[in-house]
Amino acid sequence: MQTLKNNWARFLGEVLILVVLFTLVQYLITTGLLNQYYQINLTSMCINIILAVSLNLINGFTGQLSLGHAGFMALGAYAAVIMTNMMDQPFIVGLLAACLVAGIAGFVIGVPTLRLKGDYLAIATLAFGEIIRVTLQNIDYVNGPAGILGIPKLTTWPWLFGAVIITILVVVNLINSSYGRAIISVREDEIAAELMGINTTKYKVLAFVIGAMFAGLAGALYAHFFYIIKPETFNFLKSFDILVMVVLGGLGSTTGAVIAAVSITVLTAALQSFPAIRMIIYALILIIVMIYRPQGLMGNKELSRQTLGRIWGGRK
Amino acid sequence: MSLMEIKNLNKSFGGLNAVLNVNFRLEQNELVGLIGPNGAGKTTVFNLITGVYKPDEGSIVFRDKDIIGLAPYTICARGIARTFQNIRLFNDLTVLDNVKIACHKDVQYGLLSAIVRTPGFFKGEQQIEQEALKYLQIFKLDNKKDEMANNLPYGEQRRLEIARALATRPTMLILDEPAAGMNPQETQELMKLIKWIRKDFNLSILLIEHDMSLVMGVCERIYVLDYGQIIAAGLPEEIRNNKKVIEAYLGEEVD
Repeated sequence: MQTLKNNWARFLGEVLILVVLFTLVQYLITTGLLNQYYQINLTSMCINIILAVSLNLINGFTGQLSLGHAGFMALGAYAAVIMTNMMDQPFIVGLLAACLVAGIAGFVIGVPTLRLKGDYLAIATLAFGEIIRVTLQNIDYVNGPAGILGIPKLTTWPWLFGAVIITILVVVNLINSSYGRAIISVREDEIAAELMGINTTKYKVLAFVIGAMFAGLAGALYAHFFYIIKPETFNFLKSFDILVMVVLGGLGSTTGAVIAAVSITVLTAALQSFPAIRMIIYALILIIVMIYRPQGLMGNKELSRQTLGRIWGGRK
Repeated sequence: MSLMEIKNLNKSFGGLNAVLNVNFRLEQNELVGLIGPNGAGKTTVFNLITGVYKPDEGSIVFRDKDIIGLAPYTICARGIARTFQNIRLFNDLTVLDNVKIACHKDVQYGLLSAIVRTPGFFKGEQQIEQEALKYLQIFKLDNKKDEMANNLPYGEQRRLEIARALATRPTMLILDEPAAGMNPQETQELMKLIKWIRKDFNLSILLIEHDMSLVMGVCERIYVLDYGQIIAAGLPEEIRNNKKVIEAYLGEEVD
């Protein structure tokens, strides 16, 4: 009974922190204290968090090396823009369409490719990402390589905040359930998992579809903030950017993915004042982190109340 | 009717006949040993039964149904569970989670229920936890439930594997060299444990083992495999004195 009460207290505490965070940022935006430049970075940060957390579900928890995340992001972006810009639907319909289209694509791509392992899967997903991009380039309805211009700016702080929270909540709740354990068992030992009654293909596809859906959501949010989308934005380099965040944060750590997404966004923004050596510094930092923490910033651990308590008070 | 009946089982890898015309049966509640020199094809037989490999020919009927061609997880759901010769635990997970994963196939709540955390989720999780702890207690691992499986000593890893296999609630348990790497005392304890779980869980057990004291001590019937073929079958006493078996293990006598 006591623990139940504590749980409720904690839960309410967490909600309170989120509400405060949300209101604070909203206040800063409305009063103009957070200028355009910071708002762009804030948006990138939220989108990167969604991308990293969702890719981490596939790469980190399920252990399936996917390099096609930008492809799903592209599908989401285009699906949402078609809904809002061309069919005059409300933003929420666009977001849902983005998730739906990317999720279906994830299923269609996942079923055949997830039979492959390791490098082969990586190459297959990379290829599928590129196929999506090239296909978009050749569809006249979406202006081919020129892309779509004049997308209404509908991505506001409440949408971003909500999307980030939902993404993290879904992934964390999924992972901390029996289904999540089944997903992780695939990463740990696929044959043993299969022989313990886990339908490994089903869970690989499940993780892939959920990951793809959130990549689609991120794409939709991206499109409705940055005014223009073109297929080239979602090339394989974008997939690698997301992969870097996941590896940097630690494969199999949601908090790691969040921390890495935030740091990389901040780093990229900070380095913009040194355009000539930007990529060199960026690469050096990555190399240094990988030498001293090959398992990523967080390893496969999560930053939680317990770990924080241990660091601060030395108590459990 | 036998619990499991294997007829005319064949499997070759390239030109090597790993399993050749194997016939085999296991009765309800029986404890049967499968022995043979290294490379005789014992583990291949296990892999064929559990669906890891598909046989080239032959039939495996388990509880009156042919299980050939079924996926391993379906075969597990039908009631066959196993351990592995080289331990295959989920290393980076806790001892408790290892067993919980084996309970997943009977999970009581749906995916959506897990994501939105309905009361059904909490109830289902509690059930799984209790179930998993029950198996850990049997194998005296409950005090180590939060340790990483990787960090357990060897003997405990072997026990955890058996606990995990039992958590899938099988009718037939397949143990692939459960005593490998154990000292004589641990082997003795394992023997007692195997006898006890068979009785308590009403199981049929199929066992591969090199430790002859264990095989002779617990098995009711023994099959001997050599070069993929069954060369002898019978009671432990008969096997002990079987000329072919002695030859297979020690080589032929020189005149």
